Amino acid sequence: MSDAASTLGTLPLARPASAVAARRSPRLGHAAAYGLVGPAFVLMLLMLLGPLLGVIALSFTDYQLGAPSLGWIGLANYQEMFADKVFWISLANTLTYVVIVVPGAVALGLGVALLIQSGAGLRGFYRMVYFLPVMATLIAMAIVWEFMLHPQFGLVNGLLRSVGLPAHGWLQDRNTALFSLCVIGIWQALGFNMVLFLAGLVSIPKSLYDAAEIDGAGSAWSRFRLVTWPLLGPVTVFVVVITGIRSFQVFDTVHVLTKGGPSKSTEVLIHTMYMEGFEFFRSGYAAALTVVFLVFVLALTLVKARLAARQVHT
Amino acid sequence: MIDALKPNPWAVLRHVVLLCGALVVLTPFIWMISTASKPPAEIYTSDVHLIPHHFALWDNLQEAFAKSNLGRFLLNGLIVTVSIFALQVLVALPAAYALAKLRFVGRKTLFALVLFGILIPPQATAIPVFLLLHQIGALDSYAALVLPFTISVFGIFLMRQFFMTVPDDLIDAARMDGISEFGIVWRVMLPTAIPAVTAFGIFSVVAHWNDYFWPLIVLNSEQLRTPPLAVAHFRNAEAGTNYGPLMAAALVIITPLVVAFLLAQRRFIEGITMTGLK
Repeated sequence: MSDAASTLGTLPLARPASAVAARRSPRLGHAAAYGLVGPAFVLMLLMLLGPLLGVIALSFTDYQLGAPSLGWIGLANYQEMFADKVFWISLANTLTYVVIVVPGAVALGLGVALLIQSGAGLRGFYRMVYFLPVMATLIAMAIVWEFMLHPQFGLVNGLLRSVGLPAHGWLQDRNTALFSLCVIGIWQALGFNMVLFLAGLVSIPKSLYDAAEIDGAGSAWSRFRLVTWPLLGPVTVFVVVITGIRSFQVFDTVHVLTKGGPSKSTEVLIHTMYMEGFEFFRSGYAAALTVVFLVFVLALTLVKARLAARQVHT
Repeated sequence: MIDALKPNPWAVLRHVVLLCGALVVLTPFIWMISTASKPPAEIYTSDVHLIPHHFALWDNLQEAFAKSNLGRFLLNGLIVTVSIFALQVLVALPAAYALAKLRFVGRKTLFALVLFGILIPPQATAIPVFLLLHQIGALDSYAALVLPFTISVFGIFLMRQFFMTVPDDLIDAARMDGISEFGIVWRVMLPTAIPAVTAFGIFSVVAHWNDYFWPLIVLNSEQLRTPPLAVAHFRNAEAGTNYGPLMAAALVIITPLVVAFLLAQRRFIEGITMTGLK
């Protein structure tokens, strides 16, 4: 009895000797280990891996929330989706958003990080200011942006008028609404990228710059090209992929500011999925949209893995 | 001579560019505070002025708190973020320790699943998790807000990486003293892992205080609203006619994290860096 108890390793301080002996027994190691990883494993199955398989399975069904039963309909959801103009608009808008926000937020993040790191003054102040949007609740700030872009009372149009330019309904015009959301997206993401780049810059040994200078790399530009840029490569790949994945998830600003409008000009994948799944309760169809979203996100991750592997080899 | 003078124009240019950028980044914050401090007559005018002629921040805040139960919503935000973080640590820390320091059948598979889990964006699992909560009748509750996030594979990964660097001797010594594996997790590993736990905590709290998507999906009841939902509802209810109190409400919602950030800036940024990379 007491032996069994000590093999469970649950008798603190009582019998040190047997506890040490028990550690060597593989059965104890297993029991204790499974006890420790058990809750995490169960929750992972319940909240992550199960639902992931679930969403894929659901995408082949006609399930609607509240319906008494569901039927296997094969690829019908995907056929409906690919035949739906809204899906293609939504996909195109999402890709446009990603294609604008990623280069914008990465280039500005890198630029700010380089500028901050290139001198000594006010480093902490600049880091703090540029990072502030990352902390601030995006929904609250989106509403502030909406007011700034207000056609009559907004700051942006006020400034435009003061220099003699016409005011514009940025979020009301289908030609500028998505672009306005991109600006908010870049504003929000750039500080996060800056911090990652700063971390990358700090880890570059100063001796490399000295070596480059001795080898004749006198100008700041040649030092950047020969030392900084190659060594920042892995960080840059990481930042690009993270920003890309986050941009694919754009939802908050769309849902609060435009609801996908005007005339679908800001409809994006996650917003379409939300509307179908949680407003119209078409779970099966929304699941198919989610699968498309997942494919893009996983493809981005794959690209990252490829690039990272190549960098290791060269 | 030339070398000594050289950095000066560059240093000036650096500050000019960074300050201009900083101004652009700060503009929404400045405009939010400015608008929240103005009476309606000064908001609904097309002339741009930053400093209000009549200072009305107090009135706008009072109206925001009167029209919307902001205090309750802030409390909800606190309850939800703290519960999520506490449960995440409770679940992730033992798992991270086992994955880092114990040998057992299935360890590699489990770690592979953790790595795979990191790739899954939260929106991808939303529909089935919603259906699950619907099945068990847990929608529209604190449980619905907290349960799906009790598992953080990212937290497991982060703390496992940290535990890998803890010397085995420390653990062996604890075992010599007769401390159980479970006791080792909380009495030996947790104290050494405080930097990693803090970093993860920052990440977790920022993500869940600011999350809009999930609360929007699972909540109906007004009294359960989290801060982001509250400000979105405030906006819809006022339909853009009441910007002073709306900006005041936005200010209240962002304040807790922003103040925490300003107080512990260095820690915060290090924390984000530590969790962001890898």
